[in-house]
Amino acid sequence: MSTPGLFGRRLAPGRWRGPVAFAAVALLLLAVAPATLSPFRLELLSKYLCFAIAALGIGLAWGKGGMLTLGQGVFFGLGGYAMAMHLKLAEAGPGELPDFMVWSGVDELPLLWEPFRQPWFAILMVVLLPGTVAALLGLLVFGRRVRGAYFAILTQALAAAFVIWLVGQQGLTGGTNGLTNFTSFFGLDLASDADRRVLYFAVAVVLGLLYLGFRQLVASRYGKLLIAVRDGEDRVRFLGYDPAVVKTIAFTLSAISAGIAGALFVPVVGIISPALLGVVPSLELVFAVAVGGRYALAGAVLGAVLLNYAKTTFSEHYADGWLYLQGALFIAVMAFAPKGVIGLAGQLRDFVATRWPRTSSVPGHPAASGTPAAPTPGAPPSTSAEKEVTV
Amino acid sequence: MSFGRRTARLTAASLVSLALALATTACASDKSTSKGAGTGGGASIDTSGSSVKVGVLHSLSGTMAISEVTVKNSVLLAIDEINAKGGVLGKKVEPVVEDGASDWPTFAEKAQKLISNDKVAVTFGGWTSASRKAMLPVFEKNKQLLFYPVQYEGLESSPYIFYTGATTNQQIVPGLDYLKAQGKKKIFLVGSDYVFPRTANKIIKKYAEANGMEVVGEEYTPLGHTEYSTVINKVTEAHPDAVFNTLNGDSNVAFFKQLRSTGVGPDRMPVLSVSVAEEEVRGIGPDYLAGQPVAWNYYQTTEGARNSEFVAAYKAAYGADKVTSDPMEAGYNSVYLWKAAVEKANSFEPEAIKKACDGVAIDAPEGKVTIDGATQHVYKTARIGVVREDGLIQEVWNSGGPVKPDPYLKEYPWATDL
Amino acid sequence: MNAFMNQLPIGLSIGAVLLLIALGLTFTFGQMGVINMAHGEFIMAGAYTAYMLQDWAGRQAVLVALPVAFVVAGLMGLILERTLIRRFYGRPLDTLLLTWGVSLVLQQVARDLFGAPNVQVKAPTWLVGGGAWLGIRMPYARMFILALAVLCVVAIWIYLARTKQGRRMQAVMQNRDLAACSGIATSRVDQRTFFIGSGLAGVAGVALTLIGPVGPALGTYYIVDAFLVVVAGGLGRLQGAVIAAFFLGLLNSYVEYWSDASLAKVVVFAVIIGFLQLRPQGLFVLRSRKLT
Repeated sequence: MSTPGLFGRRLAPGRWRGPVAFAAVALLLLAVAPATLSPFRLELLSKYLCFAIAALGIGLAWGKGGMLTLGQGVFFGLGGYAMAMHLKLAEAGPGELPDFMVWSGVDELPLLWEPFRQPWFAILMVVLLPGTVAALLGLLVFGRRVRGAYFAILTQALAAAFVIWLVGQQGLTGGTNGLTNFTSFFGLDLASDADRRVLYFAVAVVLGLLYLGFRQLVASRYGKLLIAVRDGEDRVRFLGYDPAVVKTIAFTLSAISAGIAGALFVPVVGIISPALLGVVPSLELVFAVAVGGRYALAGAVLGAVLLNYAKTTFSEHYADGWLYLQGALFIAVMAFAPKGVIGLAGQLRDFVATRWPRTSSVPGHPAASGTPAAPTPGAPPSTSAEKEVTV
Repeated sequence: MSFGRRTARLTAASLVSLALALATTACASDKSTSKGAGTGGGASIDTSGSSVKVGVLHSLSGTMAISEVTVKNSVLLAIDEINAKGGVLGKKVEPVVEDGASDWPTFAEKAQKLISNDKVAVTFGGWTSASRKAMLPVFEKNKQLLFYPVQYEGLESSPYIFYTGATTNQQIVPGLDYLKAQGKKKIFLVGSDYVFPRTANKIIKKYAEANGMEVVGEEYTPLGHTEYSTVINKVTEAHPDAVFNTLNGDSNVAFFKQLRSTGVGPDRMPVLSVSVAEEEVRGIGPDYLAGQPVAWNYYQTTEGARNSEFVAAYKAAYGADKVTSDPMEAGYNSVYLWKAAVEKANSFEPEAIKKACDGVAIDAPEGKVTIDGATQHVYKTARIGVVREDGLIQEVWNSGGPVKPDPYLKEYPWATDL
Repeated sequence: MNAFMNQLPIGLSIGAVLLLIALGLTFTFGQMGVINMAHGEFIMAGAYTAYMLQDWAGRQAVLVALPVAFVVAGLMGLILERTLIRRFYGRPLDTLLLTWGVSLVLQQVARDLFGAPNVQVKAPTWLVGGGAWLGIRMPYARMFILALAVLCVVAIWIYLARTKQGRRMQAVMQNRDLAACSGIATSRVDQRTFFIGSGLAGVAGVALTLIGPVGPALGTYYIVDAFLVVVAGGLGRLQGAVIAAFFLGLLNSYVEYWSDASLAKVVVFAVIIGFLQLRPQGLFVLRSRKLT
């Protein structure tokens, strides 16, 4: 916050820039969007916000903690299925089987499903299932100092295995079809536009609260430790902390946010299926965070909304081109804007500052451009960029 | 505590602004909710202009594009032909093509887009069961029509879907009848791990029980699986008289290539496939498939003037090297069936069409196709074919006439407790 | 017992396929820490090379294609390294996302060039069918792949141990900075590594035309498995990759024989995760003074 931003100085003093921006976005999401968008577009926006919730977790684990997790689909799925199972049971009524079991030839409700009749249990599971799996995996993996690429590949394999297992358990999970056709969500009628609007607000508010929570966490002492682990794990260890615990906490939180995203996705989109949880959807989530700007939580949110919006509009006009565009965008962002959209302003300013140095400029900021002149292995992003984009 | 005072203040400020925003919203939303009275049945078809829009929703990208693009092509071909002859009820038919991207939530999203944004009169689309199940709630909620063109596992009859592909008693049961007539007693089941094969195999096991056949093995592999040596080992060890193959997509290529190396040919152990049509044969290679039986309702080689016309028109539109197949033909029929139903009802309204649809018939490339109003499936002739050296499929047996659709197999005593 | 004996060659042949697809990755990943998600597309390029050569070489295209595909895929890898990956040293995780973007583009290019449907590659007649010894069946195509994998491993081993370039490659793999200080042109070595690693993917692609589909999505079927072999074997270690590939192949074939294919895949993943608990760096570790 010490360096005034490109626009910040004019709009608000540095200290208030964060809240002002946040309020502006909140106003946009909670007042402008519902008043101006058609029900169909609002529904799409709800979906993007669900992805943004999951992206927020990736922003924490990857952007702040340096853990590239390519298996967030697993946690998204765990949360989604927990919620979907409850909705299916609520719809079937007491003593009845969900529709897909009937055509899968299941005669009695599997034991695993029984407790999901209770709404409180389902909501608990949305948080607990992904959280527990991530915590266990984290302790195992980080405890053995598996990091970097190894961790990325492991989580990717986990996503692949999870999908295969889910599909194989057709009587239990609905197989490739997943679970679809939900009529109501905690008293909201999913066929009515007014109720869907309420759902949209719920999603937006959850996103806002999670964002504030994560932001507070990053600003706390724990957050500093997490960033320290990202930038120099061994040094943190020498200082007497256990990086495994620090990383596991962030990874668990990111899994929980993915689970919550999945649970909200179910009533919003009306389907949860293995197609949403595999290797590619997990990668796309990470990609969204990279595009928005991984070093800022706001970047994760922005990226998820931008990218999914682009995907929708682009495929409405030009189906085949989306893959080209996506691939090209990927390459461009990675090569030229590693800090994403949010970091562009900072990059631009750094670029200007190095070209036309001013005497009054803040010293000691190495230009952080996409192509470092002298690559230093594992070089952390310059901390100035960190501060610039805490919106 | 660990929270700095400044961040606490910022967070407090943020929370206040959130509350403010929420308050503003409450006012804003009160105003706007009074406008929309819900989409339930509120989706309306736009027939005001000189043309009427129809949705075409298939995967144009992703894993399913291979199959679905061809169906999209044949649907567009039918629309062009209809427009050339004056359209439907005097209106030109204007297709709105959307990409389902082989992703089921996308199918649901695009279906909603076609209904609420484009106000289409009808949608033609879908291939996998998963895509249909994803779209089903959307069409039921909006009370709009979907025409679904692919053979599927049955056990479904949505009031807002017309099924123009085969249900189980028009493809799987005739396939079994054929194997039985050939004197095959021991059957081995190989399928991809998803809904259609599992349901199909349940039916096959019931059928076998009632008809003195024996199922000597049942194997499922994940979608996109390419390692079939172990499965083939299990097959050859069980010494079946025939294999019933419900594998999907690229897995078929791996399976047939690897089966060939065992040296067991179709004369000793035929592999009856229900998802391998002309288009797939080209990808696998006739080398590996020649002589193997398949079960469908239509082949490019099906005789009749109407089919010659269709094949010629398709090749003229999309290239002389292209082939036609069962799902493409069913997609093509969908458009003509919808047109016939609209003309009979003299209206584009879904409810009017549903009322009028029973008995609507067209002269299709596969022969006469009639809508059964009770199930909204169609009467179709079942055909068994054998893959030729040139990659086309030669019919060797047919049901003699259109078979009544029976998605729940109610008329088969052995299938009572499915 | 007979079942056990029958699954043995199958396990070995699955292992051979895994080894072929993972061999190139071992080096690109091991030497540079580059996680190349486009490796699968280089495999695909190899398969399409065989398809393209059919017009000219007919049924023997597969044999002719082996060296050609090595060069084609190798050049693709080289171009990728020169244009993009070069900028990413020290950012290994970013290369993963970057190369995923490359892989998307390459898949779409393949769709536009060759069409979305699968194409057929005719196998040489002497590779169709199979033989049996002592009651154990072994398809010729599988034996060919096994032999090819062995050949590739031997060639790589000779290259690493007996040639000047190979020894330089080892040196860079073990300690890049020290190698650079000793006067080895590390960027030249990187290019060579990428060329060879990607070329091996091309060779794998040609071999796969004998047993599987040839289409734009070909690479996606194999990429996750290839990475697992590399992770289990240890980065950049030839013997690690060989042992891991054959172990996973055998594990896969026996688990699948006694259960089913889905479970076999899940078990393989579980075993690898368990194994990394014991040896987080894979089977064989390069000695280094890092704390990991």
